[in-house]
Amino acid sequence: MTSTDTTALPLLRIGALTKRFGGFTALDNVSVDIKPGERFGLIGPNGSGKTTLINCISGAFRTEPSTVVFDGEDITRLPPHVRTRRGIARSFQIPRPFRSMTVIENLMVAADFTSATHLRLTAEDHRDQAVTILQQMGLANKANARVTGLSQVELRKMELARAMATRPKLLISDEAMAGLSGSEVDEVLDLLLKLAGESITIIMIEHIMHAVMRFSERIMCLDAGKIIAIGQPSEVMANARVQEAYLGT
Amino acid sequence: MKRNAIAFWGASVLFLAAILLSAELVANEYWFFAGYVILQFIVLSVAWTILGGYAGYVNFGTSAFFGVGVYTAVFLVSAVGAPLPVQIAIAAVVGAILGFAVGLLTLRMQGIFFSIATIAITIIIETAVTNWRELGGAAGIQIQRPPVTAPFHTYVQMLVFVQAVLVVISVAIARYMQNSWIGRGLQALRDDELAAECTGVPTLRLKLIACVISGALMCAAGAPAAMYLQYADPASAFNLNYSVSVLAMALIGGTAHWIGPVIGAILLGVTQQVLTVTISSEVNVLVLGVMLVLFVVGAPEGIIGLFKRRRPEGKA
Repeated sequence: MTSTDTTALPLLRIGALTKRFGGFTALDNVSVDIKPGERFGLIGPNGSGKTTLINCISGAFRTEPSTVVFDGEDITRLPPHVRTRRGIARSFQIPRPFRSMTVIENLMVAADFTSATHLRLTAEDHRDQAVTILQQMGLANKANARVTGLSQVELRKMELARAMATRPKLLISDEAMAGLSGSEVDEVLDLLLKLAGESITIIMIEHIMHAVMRFSERIMCLDAGKIIAIGQPSEVMANARVQEAYLGT
Repeated sequence: MKRNAIAFWGASVLFLAAILLSAELVANEYWFFAGYVILQFIVLSVAWTILGGYAGYVNFGTSAFFGVGVYTAVFLVSAVGAPLPVQIAIAAVVGAILGFAVGLLTLRMQGIFFSIATIAITIIIETAVTNWRELGGAAGIQIQRPPVTAPFHTYVQMLVFVQAVLVVISVAIARYMQNSWIGRGLQALRDDELAAECTGVPTLRLKLIACVISGALMCAAGAPAAMYLQYADPASAFNLNYSVSVLAMALIGGTAHWIGPVIGAILLGVTQQVLTVTISSEVNVLVLGVMLVLFVVGAPEGIIGLFKRRRPEGKA
């Protein structure tokens, strides 16, 4: 109970979170702690509640008090944009770019609205920051392209770049690899690993198993709104219930 | 950017000077009557575009705000004999409050539901005014113009100048918003509201700001109409034609840039005036409808969209 304890404080604590839609229980008493800097994989069959959990964390869905605690603070009453400013960023399962803008303008929205000093920083400062992030993401040559002209993998990268432009502590990647080819999956995976190396905590939702296995330090498997397994990737994969949920025995 | 600002303010000063000068040079009073209406529609369309274009919330309640502006002026004149600048300023404040209230009530609705709610609000306010006996009720109310002051020769000339000042103010505000972080945030939430929230954009607050500013400008544009007509009645002050015309002007001009509603209002406003004089005032509603259909099909981004398409965009 000394200094190691404070470093072990969770960045995100989900405490007994239950989310119902009418009579349907999408999440049933889910509790999990995510440590700072952790690479966390979230898996589960379709409809198991993965995206619902992400929506509860990012604020798209409201939940009961103190079920979502971020950085030591209860954030369940905060709207999504405040959570983003506190350091939670996400991508979307189906990309949701700002379609009337160019790639760099998409990132500038994030820079404009999340830097506390946005009245002091000039537009040029924001543009420089955005360019740096695009370079990091390998999208610098598309900076002034319209998002409507991007390929699927570029769109995925743009969403991650936009999320990064909010300077998050926690990045949630919601199936950023869905629909990508094998080499593109590796590209996005390398990007996420690179970001994790910069001490950003990442929750990765993914169906592509080899990617989740390579990425995650810890994996949680949801099924019908309940945690059925959590732990080391190899342990979770070996779990009989996980195999049952995925393969239907 | 700097050079743009100088050009903009230079053009504004020239525009106002030209209006002032016209009071000396133009003898035919008709031009002022017609010009006033067109200027009024420019203010209304620019104000509409702030919410309907930048934020993408299609407002059918222009006539509600316009009518409230008219009746605020009527009330101030009949109750305390307030001068014109006071009428306009207080109408703007009332419009801002009304915009805030309407925004709080309706902005959680999206798409067509928001639009229907704004029509409902128009009907509610019109009904209230119709039954307000002190403001003339359904029969309407007549008001007296005060004597005109130099350098204007007639009261309508002065109203034209006042409306021209409102044009400059509304365009300056729309232009500022478009180029600032407010404009970028509104554009983001128009494209995708959830994605905007998750990128840090306070969507509800920005929509309320747009609603307040749009409402204030619409009411301010309506205030001088009481003195222009020297008469106000609910059926014409809250006429749905204002909502439809303004919407058509903004959409035909294009809503992505402040110049769009200005072009649209001038084009349609002039057309309406010509048709009213040459054929009849009923035909212009028909022409408005036909033009709106043509533009929705042929140029969904309005006139400015046509120009933008010409520019090389696919080079990236």
